[in-house]
Amino acid sequence: MSANKIGFGLLINYEFCTGCHVCEIACKKELDLPVGQWGIKVLQDGPRKMANGKWEYNFLPMPTSLCDLCAERIKMGKKPTCVHHCQAGIMTYGPLEELVQKMTENPKTVLFAPR
Amino acid sequence: MSTKGNSVNIDVNPDVYKHDWQWKEGEYTVTRSTQWTGPGCHNGCGLLYYTKDDKLVKVEGDPYAPFNQGRLCMRCINLPEAVNHADRLKWPLKRIGERGENKWQRISWDEAYDLIVEKVKRIQKDFGPETIVGMEGTGRNICWQVPLLTYAGFGSPNFAMGFLSGDSCMVPRTSISFCVLGDLSVVDCSQFRDVRYDDPEWVVPETILVWGNNTIVSNPDGFFGHWIVDCMQRGSKLIVIDPQLTWLASRAEIWLQVRPGTDTAIAMAMMNVIIEEGLYDQDYVEKWCYGFEQLAERVKTMTPAKAAEISWVTKELIIEAARMFAQSKPGALQWGLATDMSVNGIPQAHALMCLNAICGNYETTGGNVMAREPWYMNLAYQVGYFDFLTEEMREKRIGDDVSPMHQFGTFSSTAQGDAILKAIESGKPYPIKMLWFQTTNPIANMGAEAPRVYDAIKSVDFVVVVDLFMTPTAVAAADLVLPAAMSCERNGLRTWWSPLRSSVQLTQYEECKSDETIVLELCNRLNPENCNWMDDIDLLNWRLEEGQAPVKDFTELVQKVHVWPDHHYRRHEKGLLRPDGEPGFNTPTGKIELYCTTLESFGNDPLPYYEEPPESPITTPELFKQYPLVLTTGHRSFEFFHSEHRQQKTMREFHPYPLVDIHPETAERYGISEGDWVWIENMRGRCRQKARLTATMDHRVINAEHGWWFPEEEGAEPSLFGVFNSNINNLTTQCVTGPTGYGAPYKNQICRIYKATEENSKVMPGEQVTRMGGFKYVRK
Ligand code: SF4
Ligand code: SF4
Ligand code: SF4
Repeated sequence: MSANKIGFGLLINYEFCTGCHVCEIACKKELDLPVGQWGIKVLQDGPRKMANGKWEYNFLPMPTSLCDLCAERIKMGKKPTCVHHCQAGIMTYGPLEELVQKMTENPKTVLFAPR
Repeated sequence: MSTKGNSVNIDVNPDVYKHDWQWKEGEYTVTRSTQWTGPGCHNGCGLLYYTKDDKLVKVEGDPYAPFNQGRLCMRCINLPEAVNHADRLKWPLKRIGERGENKWQRISWDEAYDLIVEKVKRIQKDFGPETIVGMEGTGRNICWQVPLLTYAGFGSPNFAMGFLSGDSCMVPRTSISFCVLGDLSVVDCSQFRDVRYDDPEWVVPETILVWGNNTIVSNPDGFFGHWIVDCMQRGSKLIVIDPQLTWLASRAEIWLQVRPGTDTAIAMAMMNVIIEEGLYDQDYVEKWCYGFEQLAERVKTMTPAKAAEISWVTKELIIEAARMFAQSKPGALQWGLATDMSVNGIPQAHALMCLNAICGNYETTGGNVMAREPWYMNLAYQVGYFDFLTEEMREKRIGDDVSPMHQFGTFSSTAQGDAILKAIESGKPYPIKMLWFQTTNPIANMGAEAPRVYDAIKSVDFVVVVDLFMTPTAVAAADLVLPAAMSCERNGLRTWWSPLRSSVQLTQYEECKSDETIVLELCNRLNPENCNWMDDIDLLNWRLEEGQAPVKDFTELVQKVHVWPDHHYRRHEKGLLRPDGEPGFNTPTGKIELYCTTLESFGNDPLPYYEEPPESPITTPELFKQYPLVLTTGHRSFEFFHSEHRQQKTMREFHPYPLVDIHPETAERYGISEGDWVWIENMRGRCRQKARLTATMDHRVINAEHGWWFPEEEGAEPSLFGVFNSNINNLTTQCVTGPTGYGAPYKNQICRIYKATEENSKVMPGEQVTRMGGFKYVRK
């Protein structure tokens, strides 16, 4: 089945995204992207101090319009390279229904359905 | 012997990823191997090399490598860019211009070896073998190879770690660990068994005390940093001690924002609380610790209030952290480089071990376990030392008179970098005639007081550099430059720590040779009676045999990829830590020495104590008025390992310039905005980096990057690839170390900052250092 049809996506548990840039560089290599282009971009919120004295400091990797959900790799029976290499192990690829189910088990998750 | 349960990349497709060591995937040959060489870090992650027509095309993480479980960091994913980089050194080069002119002539390996042999023989005859110094940089697979060449080939006892002041990277921690614990310990992330987190015996640490270490970036010494994140996902809580809010600190229960260099005060105060409140593990202390009463007496002198005043952390937070850590079962201690990088480094490491010990955390599952090389593969810095040199020659090692601890250090047998520098400068105890630099770039990187190191290395008669690229150090001083092979171009083996792993040669780049090959070919020519290995594989077979590893030979190791030794917990109870088979730890008293009898016998303080950095608001208040900011440096970034990776365009896209972190209020006070070039200056010199404003710093502290040079800039002097312009080591010191000779204040200096303008940038540091005799101050 072609992966980049609606129906598949990436689930990301951003509580543990460390901002290590691995998904970004792995994707760049997979899609052979030039300087300035990204298939996934890690966005940053904070660090900023909140009223309770704690720090808010989050990273959120966002697939761009160039993400094809690693169609070539999926065809070969591999995982997307960002998922395979994510150092925190927080990205999951799969059918959206399954991922939605998983979302209910973990707080601080987002689901992307790039196309 | 492969991993079954893989907790990070579950459901790996077995039709695609094989347990074999090599297979075909379409047009590629895929090989399972290990990365443990330049460029890159110490870890030895398992990876899959995709090669085609003698070329590395891409790299993937090996999901069946229990160490990294398929994950890689930026540096290994980008390996093909490094390996295929057009600027790599391709063949031996001989200098034809003056030093610093960057003019070279291609020569053959035979010509290069002949030249080296001729020089070495002449120096050995005229001045003695001891006047030749072998140096290496960060400890990858050169850390037994360079000592081997130095001892067996050159016949000199002077192997040293670049010009690293106070040997301030891991060696202080390791040396004191051997005295106090009899071993070196690491956090138990179940890394000693191939089933990793599925090991039924393993428990997740309840609290990990992350001390002076941003593990997710720094991947410290055989410890894959994201294992901490794995533990967090399985329930571990964190206490983080760091001058800056790291991502780990943002996720911690408690973050102690320490003034750089004052960590020992906090550790002692935490013990004060734990002992006063009776929170320590009384049973464990009674059975397994030596000198508790004396420790309790000593830490009485460091109340939380006093520590708060010293460290800028509140008393309440110190107390809270102490209670939380003591009540965690198990707790674990992850310490980092910051522990070594102060003159108080040895007492600090001692204090941290005492803190962890009185909470009962050594040799427990999910606590700290004693890490050992598998079998007898002792491939650390001491290989062949005793076999290849006479007693008389060993006694000539430079720096042995610095302190008994230095002389008898059990982990390392190295000459001290500071003492080598002084010997070059003064000719005492004897002159230094030749420097051999193998993948070390001290003026960009590990040498503190870089302009001073630059002057010194230029003054030595004969200098050889073995490296991956033409470096500032090579242009400044080398007479001969030899090209080293990268990972997929070399056969090697990896321990430090478990398991035993192989790396295998798949491709050849121009005339590059592996460090092993260079070392043995040269040894063979210099001293054939010591070194009669045929080739690299023969040399590796010798190591495997010496270590009694359970493989027939290197070929078998390559096919197995990883070989795991048995691992047991609570070895101290079972008599598995000591050579005599008795229960206890491998120390003179058989216990963890809170009161350290070895330190005592060396004439050092046997208990932890706090000492101010040599230059600080408290030590030098007058100077501090002129230089009113505390400077810390040496933190890691994802893209780079020390001075490596600067020529990779992908890395520079992520991280184009050196960055200095400044609190917005401090920046405002000095009229500095985000992205401005800023001069950082103190009594010794200055350099410039770009301001990154962050409210997570204490407003009295700035944090500057190290290791910067600009391969895209002019190589010849005065530029030297811009190495001095942004070099934070224009500000740090050599020859200011702790009383044992270990530990130097890289991370706790003072400085001032101001915005760079055209006016104040007319004379750049490169010009100043290479053309104008350097910065003006009296060298210690
Ligand atoms: S799924 Fe593939 S293409 Fe999409 S972001 Fe991840 S690596 Fe890039
Ligand atoms: S690889 Fe994983 S942890 Fe690293 S930035 Fe991407 S999502 Fe975050
Ligand atoms: S930590 Fe990074 S650089 Fe080091 S071996 Fe692993 S992937 Fe390579």
